[in-house]
Amino acid sequence: MQPVAISVDTPEESRNLATKAGYTFPILSDRNADVIRSYDVLHKGAGENGRDIARPAEFLIDRTGVVRWRNLTEDYRVRATPEQMLAAARSLH
Amino acid sequence: MQRRFNTPLWSGLILIFVAVFSYLLLFVRWPITRDVPWVTFLLFAVALVLLVTGFRRAQRKIAASIVLAIGVGLIGFFTVGTLVLTKNLPQSQRAPAIGQKAPDFTLPDSNQKSVTLSQFAAANSGVLLIFYRGYW
Repeated sequence: MQPVAISVDTPEESRNLATKAGYTFPILSDRNADVIRSYDVLHKGAGENGRDIARPAEFLIDRTGVVRWRNLTEDYRVRATPEQMLAAARSLH
Repeated sequence: MQRRFNTPLWSGLILIFVAVFSYLLLFVRWPITRDVPWVTFLLFAVALVLLVTGFRRAQRKIAASIVLAIGVGLIGFFTVGTLVLTKNLPQSQRAPAIGQKAPDFTLPDSNQKSVTLSQFAAANSGVLLIFYRGYW
């Protein structure tokens, strides 16, 4: 299992984030929010200057592409904890 | 009569600023002090006691009531900001549910390399897809 992050940031901004935070997993750039829209996790106008951005959301997807766990927070300050995500990931095996 | 510096009033106001900035710069980093900002609210409670004590002691009531109003206003802004505004999120009713197929896609990573979800999931025995707000 591998984490993959997605936001509307440019690849360059994502690279800065990865360097600063020491992330080694892929950070994908969805500039037009097409994928964000297809997962229905678009937060309209919530970004800087009214830009559409992603709301925080996590999906655990198995090797066949089926969703096995998900977390749609009701408060963007409250995210899934590493323990919750690891527990969900363990259930895949 | 000599006017004394109103220590409780001003330290109450300063404590409110300390509480707000310590949350934004420090306590926001850990879920235990972020999800429910209890440290911040505890500091607010102490600050309110100081403000009210200072207000009672104040000789210049108008000036003191302005300081009190600024303090209470800041507490109000923070409380509404953290407890109400951050819950203003879309419903996401059509988000893929457990047991459903996740929409496939291909996107560039931070090194401009294309990543396709289905291939990546198959190669890594699954994927934890994390959507985040971004740093704009």
